[in-house]
Amino acid sequence: MSDQDAVFGKRGNRDRSVVNPQGRGTADGERRSGPTGPGRTGDPFLIGENMTGGYGKGADILHDCTIAVEAGQIAVIVGPNGAGKSTAMKAIFGMLNLRQGSVRLNGQDITALNPQDRVKAGMGFVPQVNNIFPSMTVEENLEMGAYIRNDDIKQTMAQVYDLFPAVAEKRRQAAGELSGGQRQQVAVGRALMTQPKVLMLDEPTAGVSPIVMDELFDRIIAIARGGLPVLMVEQNARQAMMIADKAYVLVQGANAHTGTGHELMQNDEVRRTFLGG
Amino acid sequence: MDILNALVVFLNFVFIPAAAYGAQLALGALGVTLIYGILRFSNFAHGDTMAIGTAIVILLTWGLQAIGITAGPLPTALIALPLGIALTALLVLGTDRAVYRFYRRQKAAPIILVMASVGVMFVMNGLTRLLIGVDEYRFDDGERFIIDVRSFREMTGLPEGLALRSTQALTLVVAVLVVIALFWFLNRTKSGKAMRAYSDNEDLALLSGIDPERVVRLTWIIAAGLATIAGTLYGLDKSFKAFNYFQILLPIFAAAIVGGLGNPVGAIAGGFLVAFSEVAVTYPWIKIVGYVAPWYEPGGLMQLLGTEYKFAVSFVILIVVLLFRPTGLFRGRSV
Amino acid sequence: MATNRQATTSHSRWRALILFAVLAILFVLEGTVRNAMFSGSWNTSLAILNMGLLSAITALGVNMQWGYAGLFNVGVVGFLAMGALAPVLVSLPPVEGAWSAGGTRLMGALLVGLGTLALAKLAWTRTRSGIATTIVLIAGFVAYRWLFDPAVTAIEANNPARHGNIGGLGLPVLLSWIVGGAFAAVAAWGIGKVALGLRSDYLAIATLGIGEIIVAVLKNEDWLARGVKNITSIPRPVAAEIDLQNNPEFVDFAARWGFGAAEASGIWVKLSYMSLFLVVLLVIILLAELALNSPWGRMMRAIRDNETAAEAMGKDVTRRHLQVFILGSAVIGVAGAMMVTLDGLLAPTSYNPLRYTFLIWVMVIVGGSGNNWGAVLGAVTIWFLWIKAEVWGPALIALLTGPLPDSAVKAHLLDSAPHMRFIAMGLVLLLVLRFAPRGLLPER
Repeated sequence: MSDQDAVFGKRGNRDRSVVNPQGRGTADGERRSGPTGPGRTGDPFLIGENMTGGYGKGADILHDCTIAVEAGQIAVIVGPNGAGKSTAMKAIFGMLNLRQGSVRLNGQDITALNPQDRVKAGMGFVPQVNNIFPSMTVEENLEMGAYIRNDDIKQTMAQVYDLFPAVAEKRRQAAGELSGGQRQQVAVGRALMTQPKVLMLDEPTAGVSPIVMDELFDRIIAIARGGLPVLMVEQNARQAMMIADKAYVLVQGANAHTGTGHELMQNDEVRRTFLGG
Repeated sequence: MDILNALVVFLNFVFIPAAAYGAQLALGALGVTLIYGILRFSNFAHGDTMAIGTAIVILLTWGLQAIGITAGPLPTALIALPLGIALTALLVLGTDRAVYRFYRRQKAAPIILVMASVGVMFVMNGLTRLLIGVDEYRFDDGERFIIDVRSFREMTGLPEGLALRSTQALTLVVAVLVVIALFWFLNRTKSGKAMRAYSDNEDLALLSGIDPERVVRLTWIIAAGLATIAGTLYGLDKSFKAFNYFQILLPIFAAAIVGGLGNPVGAIAGGFLVAFSEVAVTYPWIKIVGYVAPWYEPGGLMQLLGTEYKFAVSFVILIVVLLFRPTGLFRGRSV
Repeated sequence: MATNRQATTSHSRWRALILFAVLAILFVLEGTVRNAMFSGSWNTSLAILNMGLLSAITALGVNMQWGYAGLFNVGVVGFLAMGALAPVLVSLPPVEGAWSAGGTRLMGALLVGLGTLALAKLAWTRTRSGIATTIVLIAGFVAYRWLFDPAVTAIEANNPARHGNIGGLGLPVLLSWIVGGAFAAVAAWGIGKVALGLRSDYLAIATLGIGEIIVAVLKNEDWLARGVKNITSIPRPVAAEIDLQNNPEFVDFAARWGFGAAEASGIWVKLSYMSLFLVVLLVIILLAELALNSPWGRMMRAIRDNETAAEAMGKDVTRRHLQVFILGSAVIGVAGAMMVTLDGLLAPTSYNPLRYTFLIWVMVIVGGSGNNWGAVLGAVTIWFLWIKAEVWGPALIALLTGPLPDSAVKAHLLDSAPHMRFIAMGLVLLLVLRFAPRGLLPER
């Protein structure tokens, strides 16, 4: 919080005729990227290793946490509320100050990159909320996803529409007018437009109905089967583990259990504590 | 009943002046709404940006006239306009660099930007005074009329005359061109879409690889351009007086809010709505009523409000719209 | 924590004392030293101080709205003008023949106008029918104009060279200060009721609009206060200079202090005004501080700092905002009435928003948002600078352009140098916002 904010606080902020809080950003766009380094041999496709850190100068939220995704696989992060699931994903995406640990993608150490440059390096990230441009059409949302590309994006767009036929029909509609599930599809489609090397989803099924959730999971599986590794954070642990090649159970910012989805489903402790028996 | 003459009077005293004024307000409101959508505050310095932009154009016009360059039938100011826009844009970018950028980096609450814009308003007001003073200037040259009253009467044989001043026609033509260009830019080009994206969702725009500083720079340049054009057209149509540009802030804000802050289509609709209501409410309708209903003899001038109260009109429209449609006529949100 | 707080409080107390002392020295210099910077005239010094005190009262009103509740009022000029009407209507002697010419009819018209608005509101809330409401409004407007226009014509035709206005009640001018506050409060209630009741408030634009409208009314309704023809000879609450100069006792008294009668009478009058203004200022500060430290004030600040939480606790935020908006505007109105009394003149054309709205805002921000003493300090300091910048600007330009040969550019620069004060005020505001956003005296 700046000095100015401390003084002016919330004064006048209700007055819509002078201030416009809608769409205001919180991300730090000023941070410059550092250099990238070489990866390590035998690394998975994407790995955030021994990550320790928190937001800004606050207390550590992650403690020596490791998350990895192999090529062509789906990895999920599950855990109780406040376990640091989303934080772990944000750490991999560079939105956190890491005090220890490193993030490596596709044979490159990207620990020093800012989020924008991680997108350029091949990360496709779908935030949990505010993940579309509501007043822009579906098509424009996809175009903005491909903003950093200078080549022809028609083919990628056709692929996205093939993947999500429901939003393809509404390509000229404002994305903000779509249903919750369709918005999520637009959000995922937007991330796919950069032709990422790995797709990261932060609770893609939050707040959608069970039917829509199944549909979304189907699409995510389809994406992974197409060869794009997927890392996602999920509230619905059971469904997530069913489709996961690898699952990470976090508790208080640290790895509690790791294994294939199937293994963890069989694990008594995991079942007792997270899956309800 | 004499519809034809009534129509001529209506066109001459209501429609044409209101259309020209509406176009000027719309251009001003577009600038305000763009800043509101992208920089997220109402820029109190916009009126004074218009004033200083116009002052620069006037000085350039005098310079051109002094070395014997004119635009023939068109006002010389039209030649001076592009350079005037460029200089105003530089000035405005300078204020962003010196004032606003700091708070943007701090992610400061938008109200501080409003306060800062009051400071910028003072500075720009002073600069305008230093540059050109507080007097009233007319700087329209070239042909005064496209249609003048006398030739219209001779042409049509009607007792009522119709005048179309070249500045009025010019205002409308320029406004239409500018609006088309702006909408093409916002809806068809990558940079324009990036501006809309930034307005919608700053963080996601950043993640999509849009450079926020570039969007902000573009916005200031466009806003400066719109302000200079609006100010110059207003000055050509009426006259230049620095204080009037401060006062025009209210109808401009009213237009932007009535249309839905942050919505460019709304800004245009709001501009014309405010202008037409102002003129219609403050115009003495007695002459038109005399033609339409000659049997009726009203006691007064049939003027709803004195022209001095034109500000009240924009204010009342504003209140009524806000009471019934709190987000404005067109839902205000995106650029 | 407690000791820490105590420490900051006493620290800020010292800071306040020092800053006020510096300000006092500036005024003493202005009164005693004669050079390029200062006039060396006590009359000038006190004149600046008096207007500074009135600015301070205005700034206190704005500070209540902004500092306590976070309301952004950009129609200060309108509330000042509203208050300015009071001395004219209350304390001016009645105009012969004005009431009989059209007073009753005029009152009737105003009642019909208000009744129409009330009826329209009723029609809307009861029927929710836009057509019914519109019919009420149109019928009411026609009736209003039918009553109003002839009344105004009659009143304005009554001795137009000297009067042509409705005239006052002939009551004491000090009473009109309170009435001025009430006038502004009524206007604030009207505008606040509408703007603050909206889902998200549109107070800034609403106040900007009402400010313009009130000033427009003052300029154009000749029957009210003679419009741009101005009202002069507003009664004074203090002795007139000329009476003092004719009073041998006073002349002797002045001579004993080494002053000429003319100069001394000016100083005496200004000191009398100053005492009156100081009393009002101190009473308002006292009340404001008491209010701020009462449960009501604590709740105001709680609402300001976290509206959502306050709302969740069942506080009626809109109502509280309306209260503080009315109170602040009333204080501004009192200041408006006092300004007219000091000038002895109501000149509607002088109500310029830059000077009477935005300069007040500079005072509040520079003084320290939320701190009443800060508002006073900021107001008097900024007012002093505003006045002196008109002198210092040309002096500075003359110094800078001194070596240049005489030319049109130099002449233009010298001519426009007084306008430098606008730039100076803008820079002061920007610098304070950037480097000392808490202002001279931070909020405790």
